[in-house]
Amino acid sequence: MTPNAAHQSPLTSDHRCPIRPAPATRVRPSTATLVVPLRHVNRNGIPKVSLDGISLSYKTNDGSQLLALDNINLRVKAGEFLCIVGPSGCGKSTLLHLIAGLQPATSGKVLIDDKQVEGTGTDRILIFQELGLFPWLTVGQNVEFGMKMKGISKAERNERTDYYLRLVHLTQFKDSYSHQLSGGMRQRVALARALASEPDVLLMDEPFAALDAQTRDLLHDELERIWSETGRTIIFVTHNVREAVRLGDRVALFTFRPGRIKREFVIDLPRPRQLEHVTVAKSAREILDHLREEINKSLEEQYGHEAVR
Amino acid sequence: MKRFAKHAIFYSVLVGVWLILAKLKIWPPYVFPTPRGVLDSLWAGFADHSFWIAIAVSMKRMLIGYSLSVVLGMVLGLGVASNKFLEETMGGLLVSLQSLPSICWLPLAVLWFGLTEKAILFVVVMGSLLSVTIAMETGRQQMPKIYGMAGRNLGAHGLKLFWYVLLPASLPYILSGLKQGWAFAWRSLISGEMIFVSLGLGQLLMMGRDLNDMSQVIAVMILIVVIGYLVDGLVFKTIERRLQHKWGLAPAT
Repeated sequence: MTPNAAHQSPLTSDHRCPIRPAPATRVRPSTATLVVPLRHVNRNGIPKVSLDGISLSYKTNDGSQLLALDNINLRVKAGEFLCIVGPSGCGKSTLLHLIAGLQPATSGKVLIDDKQVEGTGTDRILIFQELGLFPWLTVGQNVEFGMKMKGISKAERNERTDYYLRLVHLTQFKDSYSHQLSGGMRQRVALARALASEPDVLLMDEPFAALDAQTRDLLHDELERIWSETGRTIIFVTHNVREAVRLGDRVALFTFRPGRIKREFVIDLPRPRQLEHVTVAKSAREILDHLREEINKSLEEQYGHEAVR
Repeated sequence: MKRFAKHAIFYSVLVGVWLILAKLKIWPPYVFPTPRGVLDSLWAGFADHSFWIAIAVSMKRMLIGYSLSVVLGMVLGLGVASNKFLEETMGGLLVSLQSLPSICWLPLAVLWFGLTEKAILFVVVMGSLLSVTIAMETGRQQMPKIYGMAGRNLGAHGLKLFWYVLLPASLPYILSGLKQGWAFAWRSLISGEMIFVSLGLGQLLMMGRDLNDMSQVIAVMILIVVIGYLVDGLVFKTIERRLQHKWGLAPAT
């Protein structure tokens, strides 16, 4: 299946691991043309993820209140790839923690399929910037972890683990420990671990920031392929505008402190895209112009004091 | 091999000096035994099974007492680490109590439990509980927060989160405390056993004194050192090495 063909209908092809209790017809995971209707596609227009007036403020060390996120309203369609860009310190990573339920918002609601969610849930899995792979477990055991917590049987866990390791091309590293892998491979383990919980929504927090350019390009391709094969909804945070344009259906630009959505851009370029393609560069340029204002604001706040003197 | 040679030379000289001092007969043999006498005592002790019995009795007490203090210490340590009020108040108390030699608990234990097994176990637990508690507390604080978040994110909660994530994640940080706890428990046990007829290694020491048998005293002392060393060198070193291998930490040599 070429990436083009795969992308024609990301919402109707579900590459969820087909191994589940008593399937009517068992489809081998190795068949690439697997097409199973996605259970969670909403055809009546209910967004997969809705953020309703999310605000977050916290006390700083000197006792003053700092507004980190200010009235964030966002709708993400099922199967959509949304990228969030903004200067560092704009609260975009924090927003992912809020959606994942790892931290409560000061006000506002997070809704999945129009139902309010509180706390963590395996319908939304976050891939942390630092990955958070468990060093005491092997690659296979890391991927298996979420299923084990759900109480899925050993046999099914094994099959699904193999399936997702195959999806990220790490089958032969099943018994390795994460410190024995390269940065890009670790990244793929984290992706497989998140996918193995079969979440509807994948939250990714600057996952490729620490990688070299070649590895990052490769992982862009793989992520795009896996996304189109699995039909997941992805919210992807990055400070790299080009990366956002390369990957996203839509890019939301955040302002610097307090974080607000400054503007949204629909990226209507054909896939697969290339990072160095001229159309990508052009779109990125446009967003970058808007972003620069915010970066300047953040620089002023950090260094302005010294610059004035 | 070089290491082995160094050890061989060192111990030969040590035993040699001992032998010469004994042969000079500066002190009578019941005060300063010969190496041969100690060796005979060791042999006799194992031959009439009295050493085996003492080792078995002492090790059983160690296992029970140490397990108790590990479980209690984990609960206490977690409690202290997860509660700001407890951390500020009880944390300080625990550190100051650690300066109390565990044998100081014996009079209290004897009054509470009488001259019984329980009194000895109490001393063992008090000897190691504090190190385990403090190790657990610092382990919980030093452990990177990301593991707890990742665990919750993947659907682990409550007891599952503790057992599958928080405990293994903090293990490298608490291992040295567990080791120290074992060493303290071992010392407390021997001191406790010396107080009354209790069948353990400590009591064999006292029996040697009562019979004016210095060879037996030294033989039992050697036994205590060797057992302590073996547990440290075999059990804890193995766990440490396995952890380092898994986590990809450089072996601390």
